[in-house]
Amino acid sequence: MSEQIVNNILETVEFDEDGYMVDPNAWTPQLGEAIASDLGINLTDRHWVVINFARKEFEENGEPPTLRRITKRTDVNTKELYQLFPGGAAKTAAKISGLGKPTGCI
Amino acid sequence: MSDNGNEPRKLAIICSKGSLDMAYPPLILANAACMSGIEAHLFFTFWGLDMITDSKMDKLNVATVGNPNMHPMFHFPTFIGAIPGVSALATSMMRSEIEKLDFPPVREFVEMVMDAGTKVYGCKMSMDMMKLTGDDLIEGAEVLGAMEFLEIAENAQVLFV
Repeated sequence: MSEQIVNNILETVEFDEDGYMVDPNAWTPQLGEAIASDLGINLTDRHWVVINFARKEFEENGEPPTLRRITKRTDVNTKELYQLFPGGAAKTAAKISGLGKPTGCI
Repeated sequence: MSDNGNEPRKLAIICSKGSLDMAYPPLILANAACMSGIEAHLFFTFWGLDMITDSKMDKLNVATVGNPNMHPMFHFPTFIGAIPGVSALATSMMRSEIEKLDFPPVREFVEMVMDAGTKVYGCKMSMDMMKLTGDDLIEGAEVLGAMEFLEIAENAQVLFV
């Protein structure tokens, strides 16, 4: 995505000062792509396994999953999770998935 | 990930306790650090070595002596904690809570933080005292002396548990 397109898409929703979407229900996959692009991450199928699982958990339970739950319920293990979402996997994955700041410890 | 705009944050925790209740604080902090993009280092010394010794890490017990505020469920006086079987009971209660809450047991937690990028070190001096070698530790743990650890901990926020 070009920077211009990314900025255009990002401007359609509100982010808090830490870079998390204010309204998780306003997320779309295209927004996810734009946020990832802004963070310098190129999304692959493996990223989408995690993002889709996190969104599904959020929609079903009202809360995003912990990283451990992601590794237990998908075939993405801890090492891969940290490679896919560098710079603090919990924070990065939450930002790209349009979910709020992570609060869990595990 | 940098919070002060200059250098990435680093956390170095010295783990000196080998009881089950004291195993979790450093692991939770190291995990939280990794999740936030903070570089984490865990230095296990003395009883803390039990947390990364292959033959001991699945068998940590709760210390029921020396904590005058011991609870939950009921407050029991510290002398009761010394009666044979009480530590085992407290340990089994804690393990059961850990399982109910789906927290990882110590071994899985150590492996998880290592997979997340935490560096794990055994203190050479304590290992010599306890007659341990690198082979006795969990795979991936390094053996270091205090001076080397302090070099690694330069500019890190250091905690002693």
